[in-house]
Amino acid sequence: MNDPYDVIIIGAGVVGCMVARALSRYQLRILLFEKEADIGMGASSANTAIVHAGYDPLPGTLKARMNVAANPMWDNLSGELNFPFERRGDYVVAIGPFELLKLDRLLDQGRRNGVPGMHLITGEEMRHREPNINPAVSGALWAPTGGLCDPFMVTVATAENAVQNGVQVLTSTAFMDFILDDHARIIGVKTTRGDFPCRWAVNAAGLYSDDVMHRAGVRPEFSITPRRGEYMVLDKAEITINNVLFPVPSEVSKGILVTASLHGNPLCGPTANDIPDKDDRATTSEGLEEIRQGALKMIPSLNLRHLIAMFSGLRANGNAPCETPGVEYNHDFIIEIPASPRGLVNLGGIESPGLTASPAIAQRVVELLKDAGEPLREKPGWDPIRPPRPRFCHLSREEQALLIARDPRYARVICRCELVTEGEIVAEINAPIPARTYDAIKRRTWLGTGRCLGGFDMPRVVEILAREQGISPLEVTKKGEGSGFLVRKTKLVEG
Amino acid sequence: MARKSKYDVVVIGSGPGGLAAAISAKKNGAEDVLIIERDLELGGILQQCIHNGFGLEVLKKDLPGPAYAQLYINEALALGVETLLDTMVLDVSPRRRIYATNKRDGVLDLEAHAIVLAMGCRERTRAQVRLPGTRPAGVYTAGTAQRWVNVEGYMPGKRFVILGSGDIGMIMARRLTFEGAKVERVLEVMPFLTGLMRNYVQCLMDYDIPLQLRHTVKRILGKDRVEAVESVQVDEHWNPIAGTEEIIPCDTLLLSVGLIPENELSRKAGVSLDPITGGPFVNNEFQTSVPGIFSAGNVVHVYDLVDWVTEAGLLAGKSAAAFAQRERESEIRHLPLLPGENVRYVIPHRVDKESLATGDVRLQMRVKQPIEAPVWVEVRSGEKLITRKGEPYVRPGEMVTLVLPSKVYDEVRQARELSLAVVGR
Ligand SMILES: Cc1cc2nc3c(=O)[nH]c(=O)nc-3n(C[C@H](O)[C@H](O)[C@H](O)COP(=O)(O)OP(=O)(O)OC[C@H]3O[C@@H](n4cnc5c(N)ncnc54)[C@H](O)[C@@H]3O)c2cc1C
Ligand SMILES: Cc1cc2nc3c(=O)[nH]c(=O)nc-3n(C[C@H](O)[C@H](O)[C@H](O)COP(=O)(O)OP(=O)(O)OC[C@H]3O[C@@H](n4cnc5c(N)ncnc54)[C@H](O)[C@@H]3O)c2cc1C
Repeated sequence: MNDPYDVIIIGAGVVGCMVARALSRYQLRILLFEKEADIGMGASSANTAIVHAGYDPLPGTLKARMNVAANPMWDNLSGELNFPFERRGDYVVAIGPFELLKLDRLLDQGRRNGVPGMHLITGEEMRHREPNINPAVSGALWAPTGGLCDPFMVTVATAENAVQNGVQVLTSTAFMDFILDDHARIIGVKTTRGDFPCRWAVNAAGLYSDDVMHRAGVRPEFSITPRRGEYMVLDKAEITINNVLFPVPSEVSKGILVTASLHGNPLCGPTANDIPDKDDRATTSEGLEEIRQGALKMIPSLNLRHLIAMFSGLRANGNAPCETPGVEYNHDFIIEIPASPRGLVNLGGIESPGLTASPAIAQRVVELLKDAGEPLREKPGWDPIRPPRPRFCHLSREEQALLIARDPRYARVICRCELVTEGEIVAEINAPIPARTYDAIKRRTWLGTGRCLGGFDMPRVVEILAREQGISPLEVTKKGEGSGFLVRKTKLVEG
Repeated sequence: MARKSKYDVVVIGSGPGGLAAAISAKKNGAEDVLIIERDLELGGILQQCIHNGFGLEVLKKDLPGPAYAQLYINEALALGVETLLDTMVLDVSPRRRIYATNKRDGVLDLEAHAIVLAMGCRERTRAQVRLPGTRPAGVYTAGTAQRWVNVEGYMPGKRFVILGSGDIGMIMARRLTFEGAKVERVLEVMPFLTGLMRNYVQCLMDYDIPLQLRHTVKRILGKDRVEAVESVQVDEHWNPIAGTEEIIPCDTLLLSVGLIPENELSRKAGVSLDPITGGPFVNNEFQTSVPGIFSAGNVVHVYDLVDWVTEAGLLAGKSAAAFAQRERESEIRHLPLLPGENVRYVIPHRVDKESLATGDVRLQMRVKQPIEAPVWVEVRSGEKLITRKGEPYVRPGEMVTLVLPSKVYDEVRQARELSLAVVGR
């Protein structure tokens, strides 16, 4: 076995990546590994992308604390890591007289959680702020600290910064088991790519965090029931929604929201349905119908024929009771160092607002390690800045000309809808966390997400991926092993 | 290679529509014609249509797509049409400025007296037909598969289901069968064929590929790669009929569910679009709502036969040449009036030379700085004095009027621009 790692992090979603970056500040040897072909392919790339203000979680829960602690961190984070983030604020919109009453409860809950700046506005004011809104709007709760991000790029930028600061990242590597010594102390993990010795292991396996902790014998009663959320993405050109609009929440979810993503597309969703299979990210006709109704209730003029994508994400809906005495709640986050086995940092049930909370969760992990006696010594020369890569479509014409003069590959447009150039694709393939699949390129550059859904760019991207990695186009995949695009050359008879 | 910064006619797209427009513009008196094409070669979508059936109506020939395109490519090049390949047009303004990029020239900023939009169309996608299920590899539009098979030489699957009875889908069903793949069936949600009958006979019937009308795909199955699709029959309101579901194992689903005119650039140019066709509103010369911007081919509405695309291109090119010629003449005829020393502005901005033949033209202007002494208000063509008027003083608050008399007509006819100045006497 090789030299042991100080810390191994299981799962490279936004939580695992934030923990890796927070720990990269210290003199530690760190490995972050992920079962999929790319990081961030789980919940972290299929969610609503809201940096929540913090009025939703029940006061006293870990969810509430982490949410409210993390919210103010996002401006600084986006500045350091150069990912898209906008503090647009958000609305919870009441339609008709009955829903109005629920706003008071949310406002009160938000104030108890310590959310700043919230207040109620009238239906008239809401119609003024969002002209497309249902005219039956009776009032709204305005939370100015709500924000919107590109969650996948948050994950990538965070992981890249961790790599810049010495963290190693392995993809296509799945956790199988812990290796324990005779004193019930974790001394390594078994993976599909062999055994890696370590002193600490962090469970950041999202949906599978229950299975991982059970391998260590921790919380056998804890289990995650995937709760699927489906979405519809509409064409940019068709309607402009200026705001983040939530309906009043129900018992199980925050309901069907309507907003525009940071890429400018109207986004509607998510549904909330418990399903048995942790792998089932299909969309369904029933789900789409539910979204349609919810979205039209908010914005009656929305034309859902201008659909350009459908996707779904799975919430890691757990059953951990809240540990604050007197708070009756059974879906709280788990953020702990269990007494046994030693050497485990256990994170579980990190569902919404897990994206928002992720930087605070990472901070909490650092504190827990300190409390456990880990001498965290700061690393000289730790660099918090992840340099951005140029996005052709965001540049002025003068900047475009300068960029092309430096590298003519930025003049070759590969995706016409989203205006992504060959230069950008090649830069992603050669980035600190290399994009190796079509979906990896798509999520980083937003290519193939416009109206033609990649019909034009797909053959070209496959060619570039093959050329840059020195492989055959037959080996290029959509999202990892088993998802190849092409099966053989033409003119060869099946053998 | 673009040699000039201003062209008589610029054609965007080099499919049969664009090629015909360029040829006819040149033949009808356009001085310089440029085609801008984002692909590496001319010909548009025809280059991947290696089957025959092109040119039956007008040329009375049965040609494969690339051969049909080549006829027009040869003609265009022989006429001296200039081309810029591997070049993407990013923006077109209503004033007919074109912004494009390519690896060789970087950023190109061109002007045109007339523009022909000939960007063709794009295929409708999975989302537009609202196909639920998983998102594995193996769901492609028929045109994307056609490009892979015919241009790049790769097979995108072994066992296919094709959704939609459009022409490209049926043609691909035959093509894939030739290449040794199995096409399980073609599903069509409508109670009738959406493509040409001749393609049904020649591409499906002749190869025993079943077509099921009133059927659609209910969902896609498979995590990494398509493993099957679930088909279902629909009633007359397109609602799925419970109990008719069938799982069809396959590794690829091809979509041939319609084409949409490609009008991103048209929108940017301020061209109004017809919500029914998805293309620009045009008059009988194929001029759009923006004067000087014409359009031809699938960008206007989706054609079934290439012959009519060529005809449309010929007409649009001719109209564009005529417009360009009028613009050119008007540029020669209309003189710009430029504010010179101590002049803030002059109205009118331009003078029609010919109007001087029949009468005087009154000019009005304001000065920048007051001069409390006698001055000349002069009109010059280059160094040459055309006319002048004395004023005892000038002040920015008081408008100055000056007449360009009819008698200077002959001198003005030679001029290319006039400038006004206020100078000390
Ligand atoms: C529909 C929906 C909407 C949401 N909306 C919001 C929102 O608006 N705002 C907000 O703050 N939060 C939101 N959330 C919650 C948020 O997305 C999650 O809390 C957050 O992404 C969790 O991050 P994670 O890293 O824990 O999980 P994940 O991103 O799922 O990462 C876990 C990673 O572990 C990997 N892994 C699993 N098992 C193994 C193994 N055996 N070996 C190696 N790797 C493994 C997985 O492949 C995965 O990449 C939403 C979630 C959903 C599903
Ligand atoms: C996949 C497919 C198969 C077909 N098969 C047949 C068939 O078998 N028989 C038949 O008769 N008809 C067929 N058709 C119909 C066919 O579309 C027309 O016959 C004809 O090719 C349309 O010509 P066009 O010039 O309008 O467009 P296209 O041939 O599509 O040409 C448009 C050109 O514009 C270029 N372009 C677009 N945007 C830009 C930009 N921003 N900058 C620069 N260049 C740009 C494109 O690269 C393309 O070369 C098929 C159509 C498709 C899409």
